[in-house]
Amino acid sequence: MTLATVTLAVLWVGLTLYVLLGGADFGGGVWDLIAGGPERGRETRRLVEHSLGPVWEANHVWLIFVVVVLWTSFPPVFASVASTLYIPLTLAALGIIGRGAAFAYRKVTTQLWQQRLFGAVFAFSSVMTPFFLGAAAGGIASGRVPLGIARGNLVTSWWNPTSVVAGLLAVGTAAYLAAVYLTRDAQRGHAEDLAEYFRRRALITGVVVGGLAVVGLLVLYLDERSLFVELTTGRALPLLIVSVVSGVVSLVLLVRRAFLAVRVTAALAVAGLLWGWGVGQYPMLLPGVTVQEASASRTVLAASLGALLGGAILLVPSLWWLFHLSQQPTTVRQSDTAPRGGEPPGGEPPGVEPPD
Amino acid sequence: MHPLAVAATPADLLAARLQMGLSLGWHIVLACFGVGMPAMTLIAEWRGLRTGDPAYQLLARRWARAMGVLFAVGAVSGTILSFEMGLLWPGLMGRYGQVIGLPFALEAIAFFIEAIFLGIYLYAWDRLSPRQHLLAGIPIVIAGIASAFFVVAANAWMNQPTGFDERHHRIISVAPWRAMFNPATPPQTVHMILAAFMVTGFGLASVYAVAMLRGRRDRYHRLGFALPFTIAAVITPIQIVVGDWAARFVAEHQPIKLAAMEGVYVTQSGVPLHVGGIVVNGHMRYALEIPYALSLLAHGNPFATVIGLNTVPPTDRPPVNVVHLSFQVMVGIGFALLALALWWAIVWWRRRRAPASPWFYRASALAGVGAVIALESGWVTTEVGRQPWVVYGILRTADAVNPAPGLVVGFFIVASVYVVLTIATVYVLRLLARERPVPVAPQEYDADESGAS
Repeated sequence: MTLATVTLAVLWVGLTLYVLLGGADFGGGVWDLIAGGPERGRETRRLVEHSLGPVWEANHVWLIFVVVVLWTSFPPVFASVASTLYIPLTLAALGIIGRGAAFAYRKVTTQLWQQRLFGAVFAFSSVMTPFFLGAAAGGIASGRVPLGIARGNLVTSWWNPTSVVAGLLAVGTAAYLAAVYLTRDAQRGHAEDLAEYFRRRALITGVVVGGLAVVGLLVLYLDERSLFVELTTGRALPLLIVSVVSGVVSLVLLVRRAFLAVRVTAALAVAGLLWGWGVGQYPMLLPGVTVQEASASRTVLAASLGALLGGAILLVPSLWWLFHLSQQPTTVRQSDTAPRGGEPPGGEPPGVEPPD
Repeated sequence: MHPLAVAATPADLLAARLQMGLSLGWHIVLACFGVGMPAMTLIAEWRGLRTGDPAYQLLARRWARAMGVLFAVGAVSGTILSFEMGLLWPGLMGRYGQVIGLPFALEAIAFFIEAIFLGIYLYAWDRLSPRQHLLAGIPIVIAGIASAFFVVAANAWMNQPTGFDERHHRIISVAPWRAMFNPATPPQTVHMILAAFMVTGFGLASVYAVAMLRGRRDRYHRLGFALPFTIAAVITPIQIVVGDWAARFVAEHQPIKLAAMEGVYVTQSGVPLHVGGIVVNGHMRYALEIPYALSLLAHGNPFATVIGLNTVPPTDRPPVNVVHLSFQVMVGIGFALLALALWWAIVWWRRRRAPASPWFYRASALAGVGAVIALESGWVTTEVGRQPWVVYGILRTADAVNPAPGLVVGFFIVASVYVVLTIATVYVLRLLARERPVPVAPQEYDADESGAS
């Protein structure tokens, strides 16, 4: 395996973590959006807020990681992708800013109208961002981003059958993962009705996303035959099988209320799809451009990998501590200043944790 | 890589530059608070722990809450920038992405550490012992400063591109560490990190200066003013020395930028310093001239030769008035802040108390805005001063821009989002400043559990 392939694998691990963790945070926003009016949706929104609060910024950094590793290790690919997919990526960027800022603002405001306003921005951009990121991914997967600066079609590169399905799949996946993670969070917080609420939604979205994945395969068959062939009969087939089997097992586990185990299988189902794409397209990054051809010089790859490895030594225990703490119940100090207007929510500060 | 087949229109180039300038100029303020605020909050928390003084504890909580909001917005506004590097400047990233990749990869790690420990610091206030909690804050401080170092190192490379070999627009070898530690890195990073602490210190202090002018002179407000102000006041004279170092560096390595900063057209020796003034038709007008001062300041010799703008063709010159004016503004504010810091120091030294004059607090109330303006002007000086190059002497900004049509539309959309974002951020920060009482664990609960949604 060459250094470039190793770097690509590291990039793909980062992407996978972003989809599994950051994606679920967007999914939380999707559920926030359709939770109903202020009264009816209050408990749902609170659970979403508690789950996202401590971890979303750390989860978000995976995206920056992917972007930075891409431009460092495969600069021409980054330049081609960013310049051709300028429109969806700008919209995704605006969605990112809207989501993050509005979430932070809603957290600290007290008036209903403020919370509704910021909540609406948070929830709406939680749908918009994964859609456009997915659409951009679809453009790359279907070979619509050629090498060169702004060489691809500025519109059809992301507004085409594969992109639309990929965008919907991204939103669906985000919502599905969030529902699965939140079910467990609610259960741990002894909010049985909320757990039941998200279990139902996890089941429904699981079926919908599974259906979308099938549609996606059909679209690929019509739109990008070579990737379809790789996925269904080639190297990527084992990964597709992992994804399908994990998806089905997840549904069974949800029915049987094995909420911790389903986190693992749901994540596997999504990761299988992502790696199936990666393996299916390898070694081509863009049409006619292989990993080797597009990669940065060896010294750069070695230096970045070394830096990332060193960083991982710091990051892994820190992340573990964060997730560990965010999954612990709070012990509320009954000292000086309690939060205004009501009892503190003891024992229910769950977080979207990694599928452990 | 293919050379550019199509070029961007001048309007699109301008739009791309404005968009980058807007998002960077916006982010840089938040980034400064991201670098400076954790340290100040930790000092307040530590003093609170040591002395049991409730005023310090309250300050720590309140600052932590504001820090949470500022960090969140800073995180996303920083992400936009990483997107825009490619969306707007693919010609830069496609060619040199790998050369400046290392500091960005390290920055991503540092930012990760920052985000993780900020999550722990804000949300686990009650789940950790006070000592553990204080220690959990230290990585935020270190990682924040490290982030600033790495990002500014990448920017320094654009001023002093080193550490690579290229032939026919193709990179053939890269020395990533040498690129990161390019000659401009030391002065630029130190100058920026100190600026971050000045912006945070004067910025926080100005909030309490306003409160004190309105008659709230209790211990909480006095400390809220004194702690950040003292830190900023101590840094200010150091910053002026570092600024001088940075300017000498520019004089040595980017003489055309210095010429623009000072409005020098003709290369000569014994050059005067222009204070104020505006360039009309290639001549500096209405400026106060201090004889020999520029030669002395830039090269340490009153008769030293200063290279003028006329040594390069007009297409290779930055817009002189913008650079000259912004540089003057930065230096002017820097010295005004120094005067304010001296006022504080002298009163302390002679009377062992804070100044009592309302004029001191009026000036301090303006110091926060002043520090931000100085920051922005300094950044305009270095960025606009590098023009028309994006990579000094190697790649023109016009050749780096995305040639896709419609950048103008994109700019207007992005600009409106930033207008809304600015209004919302200021509004929310004002709400936080007035909030009473401050919750125990800054982000542990919804602001109002009884409020719906």
